[in-house]
Amino acid sequence: MRRHRLLALPPLVATLGACHAVVLHPAGEIAAGQRDLLVEASALMLLIIVPVMVLTVLFAWRYRASNEAARYRPDWEHSIHLELVIWAAPLLIIICLGALTWVGTHLLDPYRPLEPAAAQGAAAPAQPPLRVDVVALDWKWLFIYPDYGIATVNDLAAPVGRPIEFHITASSVMNSFYIPALAGQIYAMPGMQTQLAAVIDRPGTYEGFSANYSGAGFSGMHFLFHGLAAPGFAHWVAAVRATGGALSPDVYRTLARPSEREPVRRYSSVAPGLYQSILAMCAGPDQHCKRGMPSMPGMPSSPGAPIRPPAS
Amino acid sequence: MLSDSSVHQLLFGRLTAAAVPIHEPILVATFAVVAAGGIAVLAAISYFKLWGYLWREWFTSIDHKRIGVMYMVLGIVMLLRGFADAIMMRLQQAMAFGPAQGFLPAHHFDQIFTAHGVIMIFFVAMPLVTGLMNFVVPLQIGARDVAFPFLNNFSFWMTVSGAALVMLSLFVGDFARTGWLAYPPLSGIAYSPDSGVDYYIWGLQIAGIGTLLSGVNLIATILKLRAPGMAMMRMPVFTWTALCTNVLIVASFPVLTVVLALLSLDRYLGTHFFTNGLGGNPMMYVNLIWIWGHPEVYILILPAFGVFSEVTATFAGKRLFGYSSMVYATVVITILAYVVWLHHFFTMGSGASVNSFFGITTMVISIPTGAKVFNWLFTLYQGRIRFELPMMWTIAFMLTFVIGGMSGVLLAVPPADFVLHNSLFLVAHFHNVIIGGVVFGMFAGISYWFPKAFGFRLDPFWGKMSFWFWVVGFYVAFMPLYVLGLMGVTRRLRHFDDPSLQIWFIIAAVGAGLILVGIVSFLIQIFVSIRRRDSLRDVSGDPWNGRSLEWSTSSPPPAYNYAFTPVVHDRDAWWDMKQRGYRRPVDGFKAITMPRNTGAGVVLAALAGVFGFAMIWYIWWLAGFSLAALMFTVIRHSFNYAREVRVSAAEVDRTERTRTRLLAAAGLPS
Repeated sequence: MRRHRLLALPPLVATLGACHAVVLHPAGEIAAGQRDLLVEASALMLLIIVPVMVLTVLFAWRYRASNEAARYRPDWEHSIHLELVIWAAPLLIIICLGALTWVGTHLLDPYRPLEPAAAQGAAAPAQPPLRVDVVALDWKWLFIYPDYGIATVNDLAAPVGRPIEFHITASSVMNSFYIPALAGQIYAMPGMQTQLAAVIDRPGTYEGFSANYSGAGFSGMHFLFHGLAAPGFAHWVAAVRATGGALSPDVYRTLARPSEREPVRRYSSVAPGLYQSILAMCAGPDQHCKRGMPSMPGMPSSPGAPIRPPAS
Repeated sequence: MLSDSSVHQLLFGRLTAAAVPIHEPILVATFAVVAAGGIAVLAAISYFKLWGYLWREWFTSIDHKRIGVMYMVLGIVMLLRGFADAIMMRLQQAMAFGPAQGFLPAHHFDQIFTAHGVIMIFFVAMPLVTGLMNFVVPLQIGARDVAFPFLNNFSFWMTVSGAALVMLSLFVGDFARTGWLAYPPLSGIAYSPDSGVDYYIWGLQIAGIGTLLSGVNLIATILKLRAPGMAMMRMPVFTWTALCTNVLIVASFPVLTVVLALLSLDRYLGTHFFTNGLGGNPMMYVNLIWIWGHPEVYILILPAFGVFSEVTATFAGKRLFGYSSMVYATVVITILAYVVWLHHFFTMGSGASVNSFFGITTMVISIPTGAKVFNWLFTLYQGRIRFELPMMWTIAFMLTFVIGGMSGVLLAVPPADFVLHNSLFLVAHFHNVIIGGVVFGMFAGISYWFPKAFGFRLDPFWGKMSFWFWVVGFYVAFMPLYVLGLMGVTRRLRHFDDPSLQIWFIIAAVGAGLILVGIVSFLIQIFVSIRRRDSLRDVSGDPWNGRSLEWSTSSPPPAYNYAFTPVVHDRDAWWDMKQRGYRRPVDGFKAITMPRNTGAGVVLAALAGVFGFAMIWYIWWLAGFSLAALMFTVIRHSFNYAREVRVSAAEVDRTERTRTRLLAAAGLPS
């Protein structure tokens, strides 16, 4: 048992380097920050976990019944010094970890807009963030690019180094929008809007998917995220404009019906206000617009309301 | 005139022949196995003419010890079902890569992972924990039974009734395909119109009543029925953890009841608590269910902590190190359990300050938990450790649980949670603490108290087999899931495209296979121990040189537990009595009044089960009828004045004399 346990950890760590552990080797600034915090927190905790495991094995072996040479004090049950240590040691670790957590959580808040200059390097001219409206449908992803008037299904692209501002909602049930290489996930919920600010640092094609079970077609709810250099992105936009049809309310209603493993679709134009009307739960096949209906005070549920205003 | 279909609807609601899945080969095979097993058991009971015995001595029993044992049996039976689900999931995920779709379509797979979670938490872990508390607590505090013995029997049968409904969903209709917490809108009528979520709701509601009442019962027992001299700070640590657990149950299960009731209103009456229309909000459900759900994990782990405290002190042959800090740590965990629920949904858009607050409160729980681990560690220090089975489970727990604790604190850091939430890392984490903590704790508890319950020890060879296969199997099954989580793989996926992941799933499936061997070894251990009970017999009643009161009475204890209520002078009451040369009284016995058996609990729970079934299938007449019958039985039982039975002094004398004779024959002091 002991031998097994001691052997279990090193191969785990070693294999993580060898296999493609995207969470530990991300390509986006936010995900990298999250990874750093994960590693720091682990290291901090190992400071106390490793001694505890070693002492457990050591004490269990040293004080085994057959070892009569070891000291035996059946009535020893209290030591004020030891008690101080066993409460203070975890307390100190948690104070450090708490401080890290407070700072890290605020810095990596998905609602916090990214500084274009910081993201891009001072030399490049500052660009406004790329806005992408994300809708989780049963069971595919719709991406609307309001700045370009285009939309895609199960296909997402962004220029390297330019901050992206995702606005996220869902048509029917809860999903979670997650591109591990880019940034941590955030839920996509019907009638509500969440936000995610992120930037991709390295060109490449990355996996994206739903990280919250949403029904029968959940397993197939994948998409590819392309991090493209600026000219490549312009080319991609042009290609979408050239090849796609129009995403009208009718086309959307058909699209929103449950379907699995949808191929990539591209739309060269998007009906104005479509995203807002999806958010207000007016656009779906069986939905009647509920705008103006009373909602509970203080709840973020009045249709279309964001969960919280973006942090400034 | 009524048409055929409306007559059918009136009589059977929405239940039709199509609800019985004779066209699904997997379910037909499952049904065949369950039916064959069930018929074999029923036939054996009939053949050996055990029905009368079981009914009189067990089903209607309100002896806390027998109810405790029945809870454990329920937990172990349901473990087999929950584990069958686990094996199917592991096989499916190991097979379904690229063009291969595995053997489970989404319709099955999604029910299986939902049922696995629901069954393992509500019908395995909860009955095992409740059963252990039921059996041990009254003995440990020197009481003759719990405070409300009938309620105890009723609570148990309500749990059985809930479990039976969940099992029934295998063969009549479907179970929920929503995940074990059934988040709306997915669990709402719009997206889950069939009977699955209703089975979920009514199974949990009925079992939940049992859990809540049993919580009330044990709190009253611990507060009111302690032996003279047993001040709160002299209670055994297991009793302390049981008290805290039941406080958590009583404070949190009503939340579950309410949230499921609101979901039922949404589903049955078209209200909008958790829909997006008309001002409802699904996030309210998520908040409420976790306000119950987080304390629930401490409900499970605290009694396990109690078991480890008893086992460590006993097998190290030492007083528990830092009793007071152990008690305070338990109480602090109980309180903090209520201020951390939001960490289950950091990723739903709360602000950075809210997330940090709940992240830090979560980490703070690791301080008292850490203190507990150190207390066990220093109980081992300068002890004389006997590596009997319960102690082996405890060492395995200490080494395993700290890993799970570490991954848990990691998940409490919100930015880390953003990348690990819902991933297989999370799945690995909670199995690490639930298997490494609760399951190891229950096995430690079972092997520790089994001789007390039955008068003979468990066979050590098969116990060690079970131990090694479980422990090694756990690591082989769940370490790959940590890796997969860091590779960005999320949970509840039925099919994968990336072939490089497959090897990890295959390793995990092998681990599940090892755990299967562990479970089978455990069953063999029980069987072999019963066969070899004469050579494993313990006459002393104190096979481990124990410290708390339960070891002072005979094994199995008489129905009245103690002929004379013990008087407590020290924390380790029985150890203290042994040190002071305690002599067991051998005469001067008095008559004892004990609660009388009743079948009312079985009847009430059966009616509750029928009511649940009728509600699930919209059979309104049956629902009304069974509810009325339920009310009638409750009222009738409240007029049952024959609630006590007197054990005469002569009978007590006879029982105690038998023990004196057995002790003398074994050469032990009486």
